[in-house]
Amino acid sequence: MTDIATYNFAYLDEQTKRMIRRAILKGIAIPDYQVPFASREMPMPYGWGTGGVQVTASIIGPDDVLKVIDQGADDTTNAVSIRAFFKKVANVAVTTDTASATIIQTRHRIPEHPLKTGQVLVYQVPIPEPLRFLEPRETETRKMHALEEYGLMHVKLYEDIAKHGRIATTYAYPVKVEGRYVMDPSPTPKFDNPKMHRSPALQLFGAGREKRIYAVPPFTEVVSLDFEDHPFEVQTFDQPCALCAAENVYLDEVILDDHGGHMFVCSDTDHCEKRRNAPTSPLWGGRAEGAGGGLDQSTPHSTPTPALRADPPHKEEGKEKQ
Amino acid sequence: MTDEPLLRVSALSKFYGSRVGCDNVSFDLWPGEVLAVVGESGSGKTTLLNCLSTRLLPSSGTASYRMRDGQFRELYRMSEAERRFLMRTDWGFVHQNPADGLRMTVSAGANVGERLMAVGDRHYGKIRATAVDWLSRVEIDEDRIDDEPRAFSGGMRQRLQIARNLVTGPRLVFMDEPTGGLDVSVQARLLDLLRGLVTDLGLAAIVVTHDLAVARLLSQRMMVMKDGRVVESGLTDRVLDDPRAPYTQLLVSSILQV
Repeated sequence: MTDIATYNFAYLDEQTKRMIRRAILKGIAIPDYQVPFASREMPMPYGWGTGGVQVTASIIGPDDVLKVIDQGADDTTNAVSIRAFFKKVANVAVTTDTASATIIQTRHRIPEHPLKTGQVLVYQVPIPEPLRFLEPRETETRKMHALEEYGLMHVKLYEDIAKHGRIATTYAYPVKVEGRYVMDPSPTPKFDNPKMHRSPALQLFGAGREKRIYAVPPFTEVVSLDFEDHPFEVQTFDQPCALCAAENVYLDEVILDDHGGHMFVCSDTDHCEKRRNAPTSPLWGGRAEGAGGGLDQSTPHSTPTPALRADPPHKEEGKEKQ
Repeated sequence: MTDEPLLRVSALSKFYGSRVGCDNVSFDLWPGEVLAVVGESGSGKTTLLNCLSTRLLPSSGTASYRMRDGQFRELYRMSEAERRFLMRTDWGFVHQNPADGLRMTVSAGANVGERLMAVGDRHYGKIRATAVDWLSRVEIDEDRIDDEPRAFSGGMRQRLQIARNLVTGPRLVFMDEPTGGLDVSVQARLLDLLRGLVTDLGLAAIVVTHDLAVARLLSQRMMVMKDGRVVESGLTDRVLDDPRAPYTQLLVSSILQV
């Protein structure tokens, strides 16, 4: 295997990595300040994670273990390609296991498994500017950030309540970082917002097309914006994952056929597979449609572990009776 | 009442290269007083207004404003953050074209509420109640609160813009041709409304207009501008009934009689 010699380690040249590392350091020093950087052409189109890939390429070392997810899944095109890319150009170990990864590049999700100190979460960001759709002038939004004029952000939330009776923003939900800058947490579901708050992992955000890098250092305050009489709340699901019966996780709707058949399954594939394959778990390898119906009556439980042991047999009984 | 002015302007000039915007303008404005600035197009009225409201920086001269704590502050020496804060709390700016002063893509309620949220109001119910109250004060039906200003008529937009500016209880409002482009019956109602609000709230206002009738109705004092200079100033009734400068005489005699 000599083809690796045709690239510098991790694809980018050392000068570029240096420049990006400087931007990252500045971003860490000023949590959520959007640092401009000279984004490079990458061998992939804008919108496919060029920002995230450049950040990952700048921080990755030969000993790192890389995990890449796309909407929580390790097995979608984008995730597979980026993983293969770094395997080729940096010859690093790759994994799908959240706990053993040192760098996790993500598109629009934060893994369900809690992150720990030493891990780095790299977000791919399409639009770094939270005020973009409220104030189109970049000169003006920069001024608003500089002067901490964030009344406009609440105008958007006000409009949501006026139109829908509640804050209807479900993704890219604006947060305030360390009491200073308002940030777009990239289009992650607001379900993941609380995971950013005081996270032990370093969170880096790269926007390739927009040429911006920003960061949330470990253990930083990340507070979702809201109104006193309409507090922030995350999405809830009225049924657990149809495959692993997990509750309090973010679920994706999967369409099964052309007749309206669908099921809700974990968006985090690694989390879901781990639960199904755990040797201590009496869970079985995959149930399909209709399973959700029998699960609704089960008493809600907050921790996943008792659920694994106690619930599934009951659910199976319930299902047979139907 | 205090006997100190709210705004002191001295020798204010603005040049655009070698061209004169306004030249050597000085005046004092007292709390609760409405000052009209009249003159033909290109006489420097709007330049003067933009300088006073710090939307433009003058070439020379000073303007100081008495803050709520009673201290005079030099406007052009304040930091941008302070000026912008003043602009959205203690001041208002009513544009000739309401689209310049409103957010056309958010609802009327949010337009009124934006200033409240900008100064830290975080209670939806209270913000909305205040918006309803202000809409009724400017004679906009409560059931239009969730409509975008795009769905409003010109007169309604102008009234909404006024509500949006007055919601934080400003002490000084700048108005640039507030009745421009409105038909006379709508103009009359708007003037009526403005006069009522100015009296009720004790607002000081600087109104730029080329319409002498508007100036007569709204203002106590008047400045007539020509080619960037103030050619005459005095009580509105005195200036209009007994114009002294030749240009003012021409202006007054040019009013169409119906």
